[in-house]
Amino acid sequence: MITGLGVTAPGGIGTAAFWDLISSGRTATRRISLFDPTGFRSRIAAEIDFDPAACGLSPQEIRRMDRAAQLGVVSAREALADSGLTLEDVPPERRGVSIGSAVGCTSGLEQEYVVVSDGGREWLVDPAYAVPHLYGYMVPSTLAVEVAWAAQAEGPVALVSTGCTAGLDAVGHGYRLVQEGVADVVIAGATDAPISPITVACFDAIKATSPNNDDPEHASRPFDRDRDGFVLGEGSAVMVLEEREAALRRGAEIYAEIVGFANRSNAYHMTGLKPDGREMAEAIRAALREARLNPEDVDYINAHGSGTRQNDRHETAAFKDALGEHAYKTPVSSIKSMVGHSLGAIGSIEVAASVLAIKHDVIPPTANLHTPDPECDLDYVPLTAREQPVDVVLSVGSGFGGFQTAMLLAQG
Amino acid sequence: MSKRNTTTRSGRAPDERVVVTGIGVTAPNGVGTEAYWAATLDGKSGLARITHFDPERYPTRVAGVVQEFDAAEYVPSRLIVQTDHWTHLGLAATAMALDDAGVDPAELPEYEMAVVTASSSGGNEFGQREIEKLWSKGPQYVGVYQSIAWFYAATTGQVSIRYGMRGPCGVICAEQAGGLDVAAQARRLLRREARLVVTGGTDASRSPYALVAQITSGMLSTRDDPVRAYLPFDVDACGHVPGEGGAMLIAEGESAARDRGAVPYGVIAGYGASFDPRPEPGRPPRANLARAIRLALDDARVRPDQVDVVFADAVGVPERDLAEAAAIGEVFGPRAVPVTAPKTMTGRLYGGGAALDLATALLAIRDGVIPPTVGVTSPAPGCDLDLVLGAARETPVRTALVLARGYGGFNSALVVTAP
Repeated sequence: MITGLGVTAPGGIGTAAFWDLISSGRTATRRISLFDPTGFRSRIAAEIDFDPAACGLSPQEIRRMDRAAQLGVVSAREALADSGLTLEDVPPERRGVSIGSAVGCTSGLEQEYVVVSDGGREWLVDPAYAVPHLYGYMVPSTLAVEVAWAAQAEGPVALVSTGCTAGLDAVGHGYRLVQEGVADVVIAGATDAPISPITVACFDAIKATSPNNDDPEHASRPFDRDRDGFVLGEGSAVMVLEEREAALRRGAEIYAEIVGFANRSNAYHMTGLKPDGREMAEAIRAALREARLNPEDVDYINAHGSGTRQNDRHETAAFKDALGEHAYKTPVSSIKSMVGHSLGAIGSIEVAASVLAIKHDVIPPTANLHTPDPECDLDYVPLTAREQPVDVVLSVGSGFGGFQTAMLLAQG
Repeated sequence: MSKRNTTTRSGRAPDERVVVTGIGVTAPNGVGTEAYWAATLDGKSGLARITHFDPERYPTRVAGVVQEFDAAEYVPSRLIVQTDHWTHLGLAATAMALDDAGVDPAELPEYEMAVVTASSSGGNEFGQREIEKLWSKGPQYVGVYQSIAWFYAATTGQVSIRYGMRGPCGVICAEQAGGLDVAAQARRLLRREARLVVTGGTDASRSPYALVAQITSGMLSTRDDPVRAYLPFDVDACGHVPGEGGAMLIAEGESAARDRGAVPYGVIAGYGASFDPRPEPGRPPRANLARAIRLALDDARVRPDQVDVVFADAVGVPERDLAEAAAIGEVFGPRAVPVTAPKTMTGRLYGGGAALDLATALLAIRDGVIPPTVGVTSPAPGCDLDLVLGAARETPVRTALVLARGYGGFNSALVVTAP
């Protein structure tokens, strides 16, 4: 059961602001302001106007934590407060943590690299200029450490780093820990803050990101015929997972239930996707089996929908393969059109969107979808949200390394 | 909610015994399982002054670097250029482990094979080269492989692709503890849906920037004599030496392994994990390692007096060594079980470290011998342990406990037993 939610995403801080944005069809993509992007191929991103002090972080926390850690901790605190969970309900040793991230503390690592290398001039970087928390930036597990401290968790703690499916995989891992009784509560989610020069440059190099620098608000165009790559984003979402009976006993409000989770790999290429979507379809089928659901039960698909040429075609094929005729009747949308692609974080942000779709019976739209692509011929809920009953959501992710993940969420 | 039948939801074999049938090692004191094992039993250390760059300006100048490793022996050349040294070591160890297990992945169902590895510092050497190009020359000089070489999932992804393993792959990072966490995840997958899992990890925190980052942890040794640089539990303990490499393991359900005639090294019998609370100034740190040990023993249905050896985390920082010794003492009693730290011969390998300890524990079970802890001569007051010092100790080993702690508070414990 998901009993608490925290989201820190482009367009506004907090779950309410996030839902307001994605249900309105507005976009939070813009010219990069976190650094000067002049000279880069893609100079746009979905950024958060993030003031860590205003979000309740102390001066020491701000100094100690990289931006990804800050985003994760702010979401974790919101989720915990939202859940109403107390130490009397669940003591530290029965609290677990499962946090996903694709690139860990890259932003902090890059900032400090620039200093110790004196602007990239020294291979033998100067230790005299290293900040005391640099090791914490090198190891991505720091993100889980910070959330565990924030959540007073002393049970199993993990940092899941399966690239762009890490957010879904981390929530799925947390779901397993609760299911197996390893922990009574798991604080699960993901965070990434990749809008830094090295990450922007590495996607430039393979032309994965959109070069539509003249029109950033409309640059993320999943499923549109004229899509030309993803728009990088940042953010985090964290949720409180607990077993049904325990949640009911303490009178918790239940957002939704995770009922199925599966991941598969394409073993094909680190970045390339075959158009048939075969392994993603297999993940979807495995998740449906675990959930004991039929394809016809799926009310809404929260797509990966990154807006690259190959992804949207791959994914469309996977939905048809796994759901058959029902794929044509199922609304599909991509919130990356509005909040960009925050790599490992986005999977958990999309779980949050799925949960909120169930709560509000509203399907968030795919923004910027004006020109249908003949190869993407499903119902992608273009431009405006749709009010309709939503009981079961399929949320999927796909990422570098060939990872394909599917999760099913149901009304709790 | 009406659509679903919400009766039982269980894996296909929740109590299936999970065995390790293949081991591949790339370690500073030996490449290849038997070379590593022979060196380890002989007390032969792989620690030496760093030579892949000039370490003179750094306070730490000794490391465990994998010697005489030619990636081209194990990895196709087109893959070598796309990947960091860390992944080369992982691909090599995987090739050895699959060969050792005598398994041909092409003959197994594609969706029932998975890869789950630990990582801690990713492709830092590849990454430092690319970030240097960016900052010294400009963004257009960053190469096309940066996006897939440095991120923490690179090794899992490349192993999956190389062997056509399309099952539920994963990556877990918990610094030094990750190698045990992925073994537990492998067991979970084998009990639920997988038939073969490649697990373990390698790491290579070897770039100058990675060394500088490690130095800021305050836990690295600054002693120049490789023999005296890493002395866990010793009165002269002064931090640890960083190392690179690790081990990959092939895990299978016992019945499937036996059916194909495999000879298991041992059983992944129990696992427990806990996390330490944030240290608060002015208060003694509270450690939860003992709880992880008890969870692992309970999970394995093993009593403390049945454990034949403990492979210690042995971080080499006096107060943390004392905490570990106290946890071992709390569960087993004073000097009640042999304790060893063969990582004194390799340095701490982070994402690869606990996987290598796990491989070493399985070899100890196979050959009935406990490898030594080298360098340590005078255990510190309070480290009331039966340390296996100086030379290997021949004794039947049926049950081994492996401990690992990850930076920030991770505690993992894994019990392996004779097949």
